[in-house]
Amino acid sequence: MLRLSWLGILALLPLSGGAEAVAPEVAAGQRIATEARERDRGFGDSRAIITMTLRNQRGEETRRVLRSRTLEMDADGDRSMVIFDEPKDVAGTAFLTHSHRHKDDDQWLYLPALGRVKRIASSNKSGPFMGSEFSYEDLSSPEVEKYTHVYLGDETFDGREHFVLQRTPQDTRSGYRRMVVWLDKAHYRAFKIDYYDRRNTLLKTLTAEGFTLYGDRHWRATSMLMVNHQNGRSTGLQWTDYVFGNGYTEADFNRNNLSKIR
Amino acid sequence: MVLAATPAFAAAGELSLDLGLEGRVFFDPPLDPRQHGSQSSATLRAEWYADMNGGADRVVVSPYLRLDQSDPERSHADLRELYWRHSAGAMDIYLGVRRVFWGVTEALHLVDVINQTDLVDNLDGEDRLGQPMLQLTWQQDWGQLELFLLPWFRERTFPGSKGRLRAPLPLLADRTRYEAAQGQRHLDWAARYFHVLGAVEIGLAHFTGTSREPRLVAGIDPATAQPVLVPMYELTDQSSMDLAAALGNWLWKLEALSRRDNRGRSTAFTGGFEYTFVGVSGSRTDLGLVAEYQFDDQGPSRSSFHNDLVVGGRLAFNDVQSTELLVLAVTDLDRRSRLFSLEGSRRLGNSWRLSIEARWFSSDATNDALFALRSDDYLQLTLEKFY
Repeated sequence: MLRLSWLGILALLPLSGGAEAVAPEVAAGQRIATEARERDRGFGDSRAIITMTLRNQRGEETRRVLRSRTLEMDADGDRSMVIFDEPKDVAGTAFLTHSHRHKDDDQWLYLPALGRVKRIASSNKSGPFMGSEFSYEDLSSPEVEKYTHVYLGDETFDGREHFVLQRTPQDTRSGYRRMVVWLDKAHYRAFKIDYYDRRNTLLKTLTAEGFTLYGDRHWRATSMLMVNHQNGRSTGLQWTDYVFGNGYTEADFNRNNLSKIR
Repeated sequence: MVLAATPAFAAAGELSLDLGLEGRVFFDPPLDPRQHGSQSSATLRAEWYADMNGGADRVVVSPYLRLDQSDPERSHADLRELYWRHSAGAMDIYLGVRRVFWGVTEALHLVDVINQTDLVDNLDGEDRLGQPMLQLTWQQDWGQLELFLLPWFRERTFPGSKGRLRAPLPLLADRTRYEAAQGQRHLDWAARYFHVLGAVEIGLAHFTGTSREPRLVAGIDPATAQPVLVPMYELTDQSSMDLAAALGNWLWKLEALSRRDNRGRSTAFTGGFEYTFVGVSGSRTDLGLVAEYQFDDQGPSRSSFHNDLVVGGRLAFNDVQSTELLVLAVTDLDRRSRLFSLEGSRRLGNSWRLSIEARWFSSDATNDALFALRSDDYLQLTLEKFY
C-alpha cells in the first residue's frame, strides 16, 4: 500500500498568493495535464466492448455488457456513446454525450421501448452509472479546461515513475472535491486515481492495467477497477475489441440519429 | 436470444424477445355487472432486424401480441414496426409501418400525432399502434426536416363490454364514422422541423388529416336497439411546437398546438419542469420533482385535461436493479376531478423485470371522462422476461 498522507496536507495549502501569479506547482500541473491530452490527440475515433462487473459487499457479482463509441473533436470535447446490450431489459438503450470544454455537457438517453429520446439534465454527473461505482463524470472525457491541476510530486511504484497530479473540478455540481491522479512519466497513462468526496474524504480508487498500444501512440487500458472505500462495493471494467479508424462522423453522434442505433 | 447469420451479402440478423404476464386488481366493484373484478394478460413483444449494404439498408420487424383472459377486445395483435430504411448521405427514407414519438412532457402527450394510441394496452398513451407511412428525413447543420405521408388510418383500440377502464355505454366500433369521404384511406401528411441549439431543443410540426383522437357520439345499436357510443374521427389541421431546455438541475418543457377542425380553431398547451436533486442527502438516490400545467381552450368537451395541474415526483434509486418510481397527481382546477398515478419497476436477476402500476380516479363531474372511471381504481403487477 502506498503511503501518501503528505499529499493531503499539501492539497490544503493555498494555491497561489496573487491573482496574477501562478504558483509553479499549478503551472507544472497544467503542463502535465495538457501534455497528457496532446499525447493522445489524433486518435480520430474508437469503439470497444465493455464488460462491467458490479460486486457488492458480499462479493455477489452482476454483469453488464456495453458498447462504447467515441469521436474525437478538434475544437470541442469528444462525442461519445454507450449502447447497452445487457441486462436484456435495457438492451438497445443508448446514452449519448457531447462533452464541452467550456460549458455543461449535453446528454441524451434513447429508450427503444418508447422510441423516445430524452434529454438528461446535466446536473446528474455525480450520480452512479447503471448502479455501478462509476459515476457519469468518471466515464466522460476529462477535458483539461474543466479542472485546475496541481503538480504534487513524483512517485515510483510497480517499477514505473509517475507524476502525481491533483485535479480539482471547477464545476460545483461535480461529486468530488478533488482527485489525485498518477500518470506514468513514460507515456502519461493514468494508472491510478483517488477520488475525494465533497467533504474531502477518500471515496473511491480507480486502478488501471493492461495498457495496449494502438496506432503507435494511443494507449488504452484493458482492465479497470473502481473500489468504493465507503460502501465496500467495487466495479470492474474489461475493455475488449478496441477498433480505431471506424470512419465515424458527427452524424453518427447526432441526437436525431439515436433511433437508428442498434 | 441472438440469432446471428452472416451470408455472403453480409446481412446480420438479430432477434430480441420479451414475454410478459400482467395481473390487475380493481379495488371497487364494477359499474356494469358484465365487467370483472380482476384481469390478467399475457404479452409477447419481438423485434428482428437486419442490416444490409454496409448499414445503408435496414429491415425491422416488430410484432406485438396480447391475450387477455376477460376482455376479448383487449386481446389483440399489432405490427408495431415493419419497415425498410434506406440511408443516402444526409437523407433517410423509411417505407412501412413505424412508430414515431414527438414531444417532451411527462403526463400529457399533446403534440404526438403520428401514431394512434393503443388504449387497451395502457391509458397513458405511451403504447401506440404501428402506423403505415412513407417518411423522409433530411439532416442538416440547421436542423432536421421530416416529411410523412400516412396512407392508412389506424382506429384507436377500446376495451370491450367486459373490460374495465371504459366509457359507460358500449362502443360500436363497426359503426365508426369518418369526416373524410375516403374513410381510413384518406391520405394524411405531416412535416416536422427539429433542431438542437445547445441546451435548447425545438420542434415545429404540422399535421393535416384525420385526428387520432375520436369524438364519441351517442347512437343506437340497430341490432339491439340499445344506446351505444360510436367513434367519430374528424379532419384536423394542427400546427404544433415542442420545446425543451436543460439548464443545470432544471429541465423545462413546453408543448403547444393550434388546431382547426369543424369545431373552429382552438389552442392547447402543456408545460412545466422537472427539477432533479442528485444524490438526496448523501445517498445514491435521485429525486425529480415534476410540475406541469395543461390547458385546452375548448374546455372539458375537448379534453379531460383542459385546466389541470400535474405535480409529482420521480425516484431513481440508481441501484444494481435499476429501481425507479414515478408518482403523479393530476388535478382539475375547475371541477372536482383527480387522477393519481404510480409507476415503478425493478430488475430481478439479469433478465427479468417486475413493474407496478396503480391508478386512482375520482370525479364528481358527470361530463368528465374521468367520471366514467370513478370505480376503476386499480393495481397492476407485470412480470417480464427478456431474451
